[in-house]
Amino acid sequence: MKKILMKGNEAFAEAAIRAGCKCYCGYPITPQNEIPEYMSHELPKAGGAFVQAESELAAINMAYGAAASGGRVFISSSSPGISLMQEGLGFICSAEVPLVVLNVSRGGPGVGGIQPGQADYNQVTRGGYNGDCKIPVFAPAGIQECVDLIYECFDLAEEYRNPMMILADGMMGQMMEPIVLPEAKGITPVDKISEEKPWAITGTDSHPGRNVIYSLRMEPDVLEKHVYHLFEKYEKAEKELVRYKSQGLEDAEIVFVAFGTMSRLCAEAVELLAEKGIKAGLIRPISLWPFPDKAFDEIGDKCKIVISTELSMGQMLADVKSAVAGRWKCGLINRTGGIVPSSLEIVERAIKLWEEAK
Amino acid sequence: MTDFLSLMSQGPRKIAVTGHFGCGKTEFAVSLAMELAKMNIPNLALADLDLENPYFRSRERMEELENAGVKVYSDPFRGKNGSELQTLDPAIRTPLEDNSCRVILDAGGDFTGAMILNQYSKFLKEDTQLLYVLNKNRPGTADLESALFQLRSIEDTTSLSVSGIISNTHLIRYTTEEDVIEGWEFAQELSAMTGIPALCACCMEHLVPLVSGKGFDVFPIGMYMRDTYLDKQV
Repeated sequence: MKKILMKGNEAFAEAAIRAGCKCYCGYPITPQNEIPEYMSHELPKAGGAFVQAESELAAINMAYGAAASGGRVFISSSSPGISLMQEGLGFICSAEVPLVVLNVSRGGPGVGGIQPGQADYNQVTRGGYNGDCKIPVFAPAGIQECVDLIYECFDLAEEYRNPMMILADGMMGQMMEPIVLPEAKGITPVDKISEEKPWAITGTDSHPGRNVIYSLRMEPDVLEKHVYHLFEKYEKAEKELVRYKSQGLEDAEIVFVAFGTMSRLCAEAVELLAEKGIKAGLIRPISLWPFPDKAFDEIGDKCKIVISTELSMGQMLADVKSAVAGRWKCGLINRTGGIVPSSLEIVERAIKLWEEAK
Repeated sequence: MTDFLSLMSQGPRKIAVTGHFGCGKTEFAVSLAMELAKMNIPNLALADLDLENPYFRSRERMEELENAGVKVYSDPFRGKNGSELQTLDPAIRTPLEDNSCRVILDAGGDFTGAMILNQYSKFLKEDTQLLYVLNKNRPGTADLESALFQLRSIEDTTSLSVSGIISNTHLIRYTTEEDVIEGWEFAQELSAMTGIPALCACCMEHLVPLVSGKGFDVFPIGMYMRDTYLDKQV
């Protein structure tokens, strides 16, 4: 199929439309502004509803309500905007409502800056919401992968009746890439929704009696039972949603662990190190939660150091150390504040860590 | 020297670069500035007027451009402040007023991005060429009707007339010889519809020998804005 050239944010919006998105609630924030802009003129053409919310708090709660009616709902923001949505995300997990959330992340903390960042790692993998719940999160390394993940996540969100999150940093939102868009599925009609999703609030004409969606459970034993029910789904996610890619781990002396934009830089650093006669490999987690611990079992005996390479202050390093489980030394190569290092900087710092570890 | 470079180096000295969002205006504008710098054109300047994009703006290449002899004008912080302030450096008037300067104006995408040219309209009444960069592989200009709409909406917004079409059909590093030729033919069709000349076809250096000698000027794109890691497969 012929490829077309699209900017990340435009492509992400189009992927959601093609997945059958019925409602998008958004509030502008850089570097994802092209998403609400694109949705505002393209989603109504596809029969969906675009709502410009008055804040991210409003947007997530509108999304909660819209998704409770069983239609496919998409929401996007960037780091501080995703922080504002945390309460709603917890409610949505508890209420078991499907939703696809995209974070085109930037530098923090606080308002931070508008250049690319990955310092939302802890927020997206541990959550800022209260209570015992989890949201699977995927980190694509390019626009095509992000498009495919958004498209698939609508199905996964419905299968798990849980939000699915995609973490694409600002570089991916702003860069361009030749891509192939997936086939348009069209919006599911209401009668089909009530057939496929008997829990959805589609009106008493379509289901007998009342459907009530809520996250309030006052009786401790009822709440505990509900949490155990949620954790059955998370156990399933830990078995079925682990995704990663790896290269050259068997005989690597240096193993980089990197996701998103940083993984592309590491792929270039691996080539540059090879030119210097140093064998390096790469683990690219695609699912950040569940983290791909099993990828680390592919690392061979020659490994001297496993380096978490990230646009944050070592947030992923904790998961890397846990997966390494004392088998190899661990190191960190990072920049923050919106600065993306060059592959040469990664190479220099990797060689230093490798020499110290030998 | 190609007719295209002769027009850029000796034609009207104010060169405004416009086009559909994401067509490759900035990469073209920076490559053009660097090419003119190689020709030792004196008092070269590039004004980054992009108020739309937060990333991939020509001011990010200020150091390379200024080292090559191209004075860069952008926002009052000269690109050091990462925020999206909708402000421009008042000194942008310098190369517009100074008749000894040759200046490239890198506007934002679509008619909304080109609107900024109105702020400088009194300087653009004469000695100005308005270029329209065209990429057939972008969904917004994939057919003649939409390519014409984009062109006319830029003209309507700026009250300027496009003087030349720049064929920039590409798929970044995945562009083929066929893409370039197909893009040129598309630009020719738009040219026939509008009477506006198609001036050249752009492509990356390695494609230049493959598309040369086919009856049109080829302009090499330097890929100044696109770091190589962005095209690494992982």
